[in-house]
Amino acid sequence: MVKRILVGAHYGFRDWLAQRITAVVMALYTVLFAVAAASVAGSGFEGWRALFASGFMRFATFVFFVALAWHAWIGVRDIFMDYIKPTGLRLALHVLVILVLVGYLGWAALILGRL
Amino acid sequence: MPEVGIARTRPKYLNLVQIRLPLAGFVSILHRVSGAFLFLFLPLLLWLFGASLGSAESFEQFRQVGGHPLAKLVLLGLLWSYLHHFCCGIRCLLLDMHIGVSREASRRSAVAVLAVSIPLTLILAGALLW
Repeated sequence: MVKRILVGAHYGFRDWLAQRITAVVMALYTVLFAVAAASVAGSGFEGWRALFASGFMRFATFVFFVALAWHAWIGVRDIFMDYIKPTGLRLALHVLVILVLVGYLGWAALILGRL
Repeated sequence: MPEVGIARTRPKYLNLVQIRLPLAGFVSILHRVSGAFLFLFLPLLLWLFGASLGSAESFEQFRQVGGHPLAKLVLLGLLWSYLHHFCCGIRCLLLDMHIGVSREASRRSAVAVLAVSIPLTLILAGALLW
């Protein structure tokens, strides 16, 4: 007899964990962003740009965008899994969301790369 | 057997209009709504971010677009969405760690999410948008 514990297969556990880890990354960045933005408040475009032009802020912001895309993928996928029943449509929407998010990530990289 | 009677009258198809959610459930569904709203408006946020960092001219464009009354309304919604998602997300993480899972504690933390996110939205909107 094959002893297979069906509830313990951890299908989806990796995504569940990734959603939490990316959430913590974004929460930490949010605090960093709030403090950094407050520190350059009132200094206009130059101060704002100089803030993001620093190597650390560029790195942290890019990590934030990666976490955001990953987190949004899992969240939007969960919404589609709950409400979109026709498999073909759901698959098409999943592919669309992945393409859009990859595009956003490229866009974010371009914004940060031009600094 | 009263249980059978209860089982028979259970709704087979959930009527969203008739369901009365407890406060924690209401806060929880807003987590999903705010997340979906943030996802849908990511292009706007990315455009604003890019314009704010591009050049002095694009920064001015960013200020003008951000200053439009309609944009302000959308940004107010996005600000609330981010803050609600943030606060509710921390609540989720605590619940995952089995902190505050009792009925009373989870109701209190749901109230706390609203009590933090809504005033913070108004304060930040007052400081940044108006």
